[in-house]
Amino acid sequence: MIPERVNFRKGSKSRFVAKNWPLARRKENLQQRACLLRQIREFFVGKGYVEVETPHRIPTPAPESHIDAIPSGPWFLHTSPELCMKRMVAAGYEKIFQICRCWREKERGSLHLPEFTLLEWYRTGGGYRSLMEECEGLIQSVAKSIGLGQKIVFRGREIDLSEPWERISVKEAFHGYTQTSVPEALERNLFDEIMVRDIEPRLGLEKPTFIYDYPAQRGALARLKPQDQTVAERFELYIGGLELANGFSELVDAKEQRRRFHAENENRQSLGKCIYPMPDRFLEELDEMPPAAGIALGVDRLAMVFLNAEKIDEVVAFTPEEL
Amino acid sequence: MYTASDLRKGLKVIIDGEPYIVTAFEFSKPGKGQALYRTKLRNMITGLSIDRTYREGETFEPASLEERAMQFLYKEGDHYHFMDNENYEQIIISEESLGDAKNFLIENLNVKVLMFGDRAIGVELPNFVNLRVMKTEPWVRGDTSKADFKPATLETGYVLRVPPFIEEGELITIDTRTGEFSKRVKE
Repeated sequence: MIPERVNFRKGSKSRFVAKNWPLARRKENLQQRACLLRQIREFFVGKGYVEVETPHRIPTPAPESHIDAIPSGPWFLHTSPELCMKRMVAAGYEKIFQICRCWREKERGSLHLPEFTLLEWYRTGGGYRSLMEECEGLIQSVAKSIGLGQKIVFRGREIDLSEPWERISVKEAFHGYTQTSVPEALERNLFDEIMVRDIEPRLGLEKPTFIYDYPAQRGALARLKPQDQTVAERFELYIGGLELANGFSELVDAKEQRRRFHAENENRQSLGKCIYPMPDRFLEELDEMPPAAGIALGVDRLAMVFLNAEKIDEVVAFTPEEL
Repeated sequence: MYTASDLRKGLKVIIDGEPYIVTAFEFSKPGKGQALYRTKLRNMITGLSIDRTYREGETFEPASLEERAMQFLYKEGDHYHFMDNENYEQIIISEESLGDAKNFLIENLNVKVLMFGDRAIGVELPNFVNLRVMKTEPWVRGDTSKADFKPATLETGYVLRVPPFIEEGELITIDTRTGEFSKRVKE
């Protein structure tokens, strides 16, 4: 919207136009973003969560095949606060949340920034399904706080936020939207491509959608489903085809977690990437972690949905290119 | 050698021995999955476009094209005439080969013409060019709608979105890499 200092009196020659027009134009978006952050905090405090802060700079990230950390001296900028927050859960913090900056190397596009804002929360005593319900509550309450009703407009569609939201398993999505089965897609290394091309654009178009039960190898830190060991209890939230959040029931078996980290590192090596040191302290304490579930939600993307923004650039003050 | 993460609009690469330019580019990365680079590429010789998706780690040979400093003279039908700044030789490039560059060509603009062997196959524009607004709606005072951009037609016929305070006859700067409004020129 228009910065306040602009005087648009017709015919006036001395009107002020900010030199940095793109930044001036985002003012209203950034004001709404501030409301959104405040409402997220209120929502969690109201539910008995404690806001925590963990270091941004850590000795090692969780080894995962496709997430690359930016080195900072001999350490790294965290790619998410996951390891530190889980150590807190293991030490007896039952309900915690954090809003922080995270960094991922070489991620830049209309939906990605290499430095972005993540909301991450953990709770003991519930699985991934309870997190889905909490997502519904959070996003509805934030929508209300910035003056939106049950229906929002995003990417040219009206999306109904009233509960219950759509829930579809990965298997059902492949069956319904593609000609390929999940095992076939994995075998031919086409899982991500099919996801991006054929499935994501169909998710969350009328109501937000949870897509759940990912193949076991796609959830390096998630618990396997007790009834079906081929899938992990992991889900993603989509609104208007945009991926917003990733949550799962936490794996609390340290031995299994160490094995998976080694496998992820081997995969990194085969892709020609650096391998990360083992997060030993995290692994030592993981055995003490009670059953819990955790989720990370992209705050910039949530702002995009509520502000009907096409690009992530529109909801942040500065992109790396503008510095 | 380029890798997939170097891909961006305007990058020129060799595919099957022919030069291509990236005309559209989208980075995507489904949760915990691998990075995918969805691109649209235009064959700089035939003008035909193809869609390709590349994965993290894939490599490309850069298309190294000879560049000649030239000036744009005039347009005749879909032929664009340029003159070499050194030997005054005149050449013609078709509208098809110019791609989006045609939107920003005004007389006497200095450009770099890209040569593939003896053939002129495209131009490289300065990052910013100034063009005059020929047509746009006046800004309505007190308009509080969320539409903080309005369409404007430039002297080349190109239509883009500009801030509401831009008026007909004004000179504006366009970023030729994105095709978007950059700033208003004080005259």
